[in-house]
Amino acid sequence: MREAVIYTEKLTKRFGDFTAVDHISFEVGAGEIFGFLGANGAGKTTAMRILCGLSRPTSGKGTVAGFDIYRQSEEIKKHIGYMSQKFSLYEDLKVWENMRLFGGIYGMSSRQIGEKTETILKELGFADERNTMVRKLPLGWKQKLAFSVSIFHEPKIVFLDEPTGGVDPVTRRQFWELIYQAANRGITVFVTTHYMDEAEYCGRISIMVDGRIEALDSPAALRQQFRAANMEDVFQQLARKAVRKVD
Amino acid sequence: MKQFAAFIQKEFFHIFRDVRTMMILLVMPVVQIILFGFAITTEVNNVRIAIFDPSKDAATRQLTERLEASRYFTIVRILDSPDTIDEIFRRGEAQLVVVFGDRFQEKLQHTGEASVQLLADATDPNQSTTLTGYASSIIGSYQQELTERQGIPYRILLETRMLYNPQIKSAYSFVPGVMGLIVMLICAMMTSIAIVREKETGTMEVLLASPMPPIYLILAKAVPYLVISIFNMGTILLLSVFVLHVPIAGSFFGLAVISILFILVALALGLMISSAVETQVAAMLVSGAGLMTPVMMLSGMIFPIESMPPLLQWFSALIPARWYIAAVRKIMIQGLDLRAVWLELSVLTAMAAALVTISLKMFKIRLNN
Repeated sequence: MREAVIYTEKLTKRFGDFTAVDHISFEVGAGEIFGFLGANGAGKTTAMRILCGLSRPTSGKGTVAGFDIYRQSEEIKKHIGYMSQKFSLYEDLKVWENMRLFGGIYGMSSRQIGEKTETILKELGFADERNTMVRKLPLGWKQKLAFSVSIFHEPKIVFLDEPTGGVDPVTRRQFWELIYQAANRGITVFVTTHYMDEAEYCGRISIMVDGRIEALDSPAALRQQFRAANMEDVFQQLARKAVRKVD
Repeated sequence: MKQFAAFIQKEFFHIFRDVRTMMILLVMPVVQIILFGFAITTEVNNVRIAIFDPSKDAATRQLTERLEASRYFTIVRILDSPDTIDEIFRRGEAQLVVVFGDRFQEKLQHTGEASVQLLADATDPNQSTTLTGYASSIIGSYQQELTERQGIPYRILLETRMLYNPQIKSAYSFVPGVMGLIVMLICAMMTSIAIVREKETGTMEVLLASPMPPIYLILAKAVPYLVISIFNMGTILLLSVFVLHVPIAGSFFGLAVISILFILVALALGLMISSAVETQVAAMLVSGAGLMTPVMMLSGMIFPIESMPPLLQWFSALIPARWYIAAVRKIMIQGLDLRAVWLELSVLTAMAAALVTISLKMFKIRLNN
């Protein structure tokens, strides 16, 4: 495997008696598209928040982009992008203002921001929407824009938390093309999703059940291992084992 | 620093692009000052009063006529016995009862002293203070005329249930109150709503996952509301000086110092609320019920603290606006300087220090979960 940009060993997060993330160990290589699957409440979001430096683990080891998750969360934040489950742009700012804001937050110079804005607007075919309020864009466009903004500063890794929720299949397909483009540029993509067809697009996937990683491999290898026709079937077989109630 | 500037700009965009909210923020102080200054004024006209006059002599008749002649009072009842006073108040027939002593003129002529009692309906302390003030000044001027005319130092002894309010103008007491209210509203309520909105929309997570220090995030939220509050303070002071004719009698510097301190307290309260709640509606309810209501009811803005029950008086000491309003009254109305408000100043400083510490801690705790 290529050089690991995410590495965890027995990473654990407890909230009181509740173990949200239970000794998970895995590695993600540079430029990989890594699917992070699990039912609601399986601990995906908590694990992702730890990797993004938003939450401190209870025990275990981990590095992201070569930085320690305990001591160097500020460094980590400089080298990752993050797109949250909820829509993560400002609806009352114009398209270019959102780009300038996030570029500025990541310390880019005005010139860099200007050039990058042009490139992205062209790539997305949004050149005419530069001065549009984000509120007025259709949902699919917003999601694509949010993704482009999350990798605006060319991070090493981008974390996507259910990025395609509520989006139609055609737009989802277009969204994944953007993900592939980013991966081809060397950006590692760490993505959680509910859609099993999307799981097939990933290089490798892990499936979490009750805070533990129960399966981790490429989609094809997992289908073979579980003698399943598709990922949906693999997922159902594993999810059935869950004891924890979905909240 | 550039990060920070970009962020503050964004906050201003949020505010300016929400035209409705911005209009409320900028127009509300004007409306409140006008409302409190004119419409909800305690300067009252044609108040119903009753008279109990056991003497029925020339002097009491003259005084009664003067009261009737003033535009403030209308005499609705002449009482036969003092026993009915209680009933009159309870039925709301009169808001003020003037009770003359017996053998009024006789006493005045022989001893130079006679007594009048003013009984005011104390359910509205502010208004009753004003009423007794009006009546006292009418009686006082009668006494003075009498003295001047006959060269004898007559004294009409006045007994009132209320403390005397030397400035009978109501705007004097409302301007500081409105300032306290507006700052609470803008700094505490709006700041908490603005922070919680980012939690609700999900942008907060994205910001926290960015390398921007969380303290910038808080400061950037606070700066625009600080600017707006200062602007509103200016509006209120201009209106009060030029429209309500309430001058700034004391030191402007002192007024600025105490105001900035109070704004800091309000901002910290806003941050605290934003850490405690998850939705904008909750933020609005908590700041509305938890901050606005005490400011209106317990800070001395409307009801004098002196006439509250001891428990509420004690409780009012916990309300920052009480100290702020008291200090502004001293500086603005009574014309004192910062030394005269050292108590208010130190209480507010202590509150600001405590609240800023607690709110930053709460914010950090939330981050680490």
